[in-house]
Amino acid sequence: MASVAGLPDYRIQLEFFEGPLDLLLHLIRTQEIDIYDIPISRITEQYLEYLEVMRDLSITVAGEFVLMAATLIHIKSKMLLPPDPVLTEGEEPEDPRRELVERLLEHERFKKAAGLLHDRQVIEDSVWTRGENEFEEEEQEAVAVSLFDLVKAFHRIVERYKDRIVIQIQHENVTLEAKLDELRALLAVRKMLLFSSFLEQPISRIHLVVTFFALLEMCRLREVQLIQDALFEDIRIVAC
Amino acid sequence: MLRGELPNELLAILFSAAEPVLIRELEEVFPDVGGEALGRALEKLEEQFNRMQSAIEIRRVAGGYRITTRPDRHEVIRAYLRTKPSAKLSHAALETLAVIAYKQPITLPEVMEIRGIKGSSTIKTLLEKKLIEIRGRKKVVGRPMLYGTTQEFLTHFGLNDLSELPSLEEFEELINTESASDENP
Repeated sequence: MASVAGLPDYRIQLEFFEGPLDLLLHLIRTQEIDIYDIPISRITEQYLEYLEVMRDLSITVAGEFVLMAATLIHIKSKMLLPPDPVLTEGEEPEDPRRELVERLLEHERFKKAAGLLHDRQVIEDSVWTRGENEFEEEEQEAVAVSLFDLVKAFHRIVERYKDRIVIQIQHENVTLEAKLDELRALLAVRKMLLFSSFLEQPISRIHLVVTFFALLEMCRLREVQLIQDALFEDIRIVAC
Repeated sequence: MLRGELPNELLAILFSAAEPVLIRELEEVFPDVGGEALGRALEKLEEQFNRMQSAIEIRRVAGGYRITTRPDRHEVIRAYLRTKPSAKLSHAALETLAVIAYKQPITLPEVMEIRGIKGSSTIKTLLEKKLIEIRGRKKVVGRPMLYGTTQEFLTHFGLNDLSELPSLEEFEELINTESASDENP
């Protein structure tokens, strides 16, 4: 198919479609089609032409686009069928387009909401406040570490660890109990440990994982506190 | 302390604070005034102060009060600080964030269902920027994680609380007026 009727500059617009709903909405709105009465046959045809164009441009057509194509064709075929004869007299047959229209409208509402957030972001980026305060008891003011931060920090260490060449020969028997005892002993002496240096000590992957579990366990038992002074900074392990 | 001094005391605190000042925090400073009276005093201060100023203003953000420069002064400040507008969130990230803000707590599959797109990279970005947080797990098969917006989300978008966001129905009306005016220009 050579060109898409009424939409000459598709090459530039293609990038903006976040997904099939976005594309469909664009087709409907630019042609000023009544969303409650979509000419499904025409829209399906245009939609499929778009997918062709994407393929021509060697853009990988994501699965959700193909799924939507199937949905459109399904609706189109349903609309060709005569109304259900089993339907009792006076009962309105359900419009096969209804569910899709609802999804499109919801998508459009969220697009608007995203637009509002965008505008507010621009405004907020245009205001300045006074700088950071320095509080006396800075220890308490530290950013609370979320589980996400912790897992991310662990992931970073595992990544770094991957690069090392380690030959593991014997089966290691690391128990959580043993690791907990080890940690407690270490904290009794050192009071404070850095998350990064602390996890780098063990020599094998299984050690690494068990140590991490032990740390989580100690957090749960309120034996240690995890403190991060600022975003992305090293996490400190402090005995409670 | 003299009653008449309260507005100035409050103003001094607002000026010195880096984060939005909460009434709860002020109650600790003024134990004999009480939260309600502090709230009224802040409202009055906000109104009077903003009427007089044209460069800085008192704003309600994330459940507290703060003094900021006015948005229309951004050019001169940028010239002075030699900064550019910071990197904005992508369109996809904003849309994901909008879905989470309105439907929270919500799981990733539910977000993808509404957006009609697969993919979880925007969730990661939003988590990293601390605009959303994990709110536990949904008690369904697979126990997917639930996401919700954070205090940082409110601050980032200059919202006092979530109720300041227009309802989705209001967006629908907006869309209907727009398409109606398209037909009759």
